[in-house]
Amino acid sequence: MTAIFKREFKAYFRTPIGYIVLAAYFLFLGIYFSLIYSYGSPDLSSLLLAMSVVVTFTVPVLTMRLMSEDRRQKTDQVLLTSPVKLQGIVLGKFFAAFCVYAIGFAPTVVFEIIVSRYVAVNIFSYIYSLCGMLLLGAALISIGMLISSLTESPVISAILTLVVNILVLYMSSFSSMVKISWISAVISKAAFISAVESFGENILSIPDIIYFLSITAAFLFLCVRSLERRRWA
Amino acid sequence: MIEVKSLSKKYGSYLAVDDVSFSIKKGEVVGFLGPNGAGKSTIMNIITGYLSFTKGDVSVDGIDIIDNPEAAKKRIGYLPEIPPLYTDMKVKEYLYFVYDLKKVKFPKSAHIDEIMRLVKIDNVANRLIKNLSKGYRQRVGFAGALVGNPDVLILDEPTVGLDPKQIIEIRNLISRLGKNHTIILSSHILSEIQAVCKRVIIINKGQIIADDTPDNLAEKLSYDNTLSAKIVCDEDDMIKTLSSVEGVKNVVSTGLKDSNAFEFNITPEKDTDIRAAVFNKVKESGKTMLSFSSNAISLEQIFLRLTEATDNNEARRMLGLDFEENTETESELQNNTESEENGNDSDI
Repeated sequence: MTAIFKREFKAYFRTPIGYIVLAAYFLFLGIYFSLIYSYGSPDLSSLLLAMSVVVTFTVPVLTMRLMSEDRRQKTDQVLLTSPVKLQGIVLGKFFAAFCVYAIGFAPTVVFEIIVSRYVAVNIFSYIYSLCGMLLLGAALISIGMLISSLTESPVISAILTLVVNILVLYMSSFSSMVKISWISAVISKAAFISAVESFGENILSIPDIIYFLSITAAFLFLCVRSLERRRWA
Repeated sequence: MIEVKSLSKKYGSYLAVDDVSFSIKKGEVVGFLGPNGAGKSTIMNIITGYLSFTKGDVSVDGIDIIDNPEAAKKRIGYLPEIPPLYTDMKVKEYLYFVYDLKKVKFPKSAHIDEIMRLVKIDNVANRLIKNLSKGYRQRVGFAGALVGNPDVLILDEPTVGLDPKQIIEIRNLISRLGKNHTIILSSHILSEIQAVCKRVIIINKGQIIADDTPDNLAEKLSYDNTLSAKIVCDEDDMIKTLSSVEGVKNVVSTGLKDSNAFEFNITPEKDTDIRAAVFNKVKESGKTMLSFSSNAISLEQIFLRLTEATDNNEARRMLGLDFEENTETESELQNNTESEENGNDSDI
């Protein structure tokens, strides 16, 4: 697993992908920070929440070639004929993408330090919001990986993942269109953005943590199954 | 070392491998031969654990590939048809990655350096794989298979795309490795198998149709192991003269070949060497012999003959192997053979 993690993590920075994604994160974090700074708001959680739009568009870029490229280049042959478990392959790739994603949020640590020098801040509010964003990232990356494992084309994978990301994040916006009340309630609760928002309200919401972790685990499991299924096809 | 028992693999409804069994002893170098789509690569992919199978048993060094895939895979080095290379990595970096992936215990840099020297890629160690030529990529793939010094090497067409000099180098390398490794090799280059392998398994339409040494296969199929002679002479007289030689079973003239020489196909009786006798007889008769050669069958001809057979049972019959079938298919088969013979006649 560590071998695959190291390879995939380095691969992000051998191609422009890693730099482009990090540049996008740093750019938007910088813009948002200068905005809230000029308004004099010490709360970084709104900044983090605003990043969910950027996340929607960048996670597909992170995951698009993670599984599909192996299939296209036949490099899955070296992985699958080595003494590594399928879970190891999937987890190695997942953590590589997740680490790049997490590094994208590193500047917020600096922001928090800067802000805390001038005003008294609630550090937990920041930590909870950051947790929310990281959990959101984990869930979206796992979904993206499954989609990537189903196709040989990174482009198809990226587009599909983007569509799915928009859907799972913002499906609460469509909930009013559904007439049946309980379905509409489920949609608005299940939307990832509702869960992320609850982290921004200065509470560590255990159900939302479990929600994101179980989504991540489920999709990673499906990704393993998808690799397995291809061997049996 | 490798045990394959009644292995079958279906892709959907297509039967790619049909009840294949063979066993390879430690230290054997075995060649897989067969036309495209015969199932060679599928069998190799199954042994290495890349693909699973529909039915049967596969074990490597006594370890079942399904029950304990990690331990079995540790014993195998695999070079697939297209080398599985991460082209965004440098050669050395890739080999280090494979080393980590296979959880090898040897001293890392010494082990990788040794392999790079062995397959002669040490001069490109720090170049990106995507900038390498096909020949170098093939060798990097080969190096990847050698990482961890596995007992079993499975090489799917290892010399495809190489230039003649590289082919000879790789072939010599395989011969050298064959001294202390068990090797399965597939190839379209038949002379390669003849040069490197002590045993050939011929696969056609997912079934094994022959499993023997190259020499034995040649012998079994050499029922027309005739001699061919071009002699300046009178046709009928010479047929009589040649027929009188002891050990000659049959003499057929194939007609006037050069401006004044007839060609004769001389069939000897089984296990008799008539070359000297024929030569002396012609010399005695005072005629001039322009050429004299044996129509010994090459592996290439064996391969073509077996794989072009109308079906695998016919191929087995050519080899004098036992086969089971009901009478219906047998009569059908004979019809096929007859019609094929007729076809041949009209060609001539």
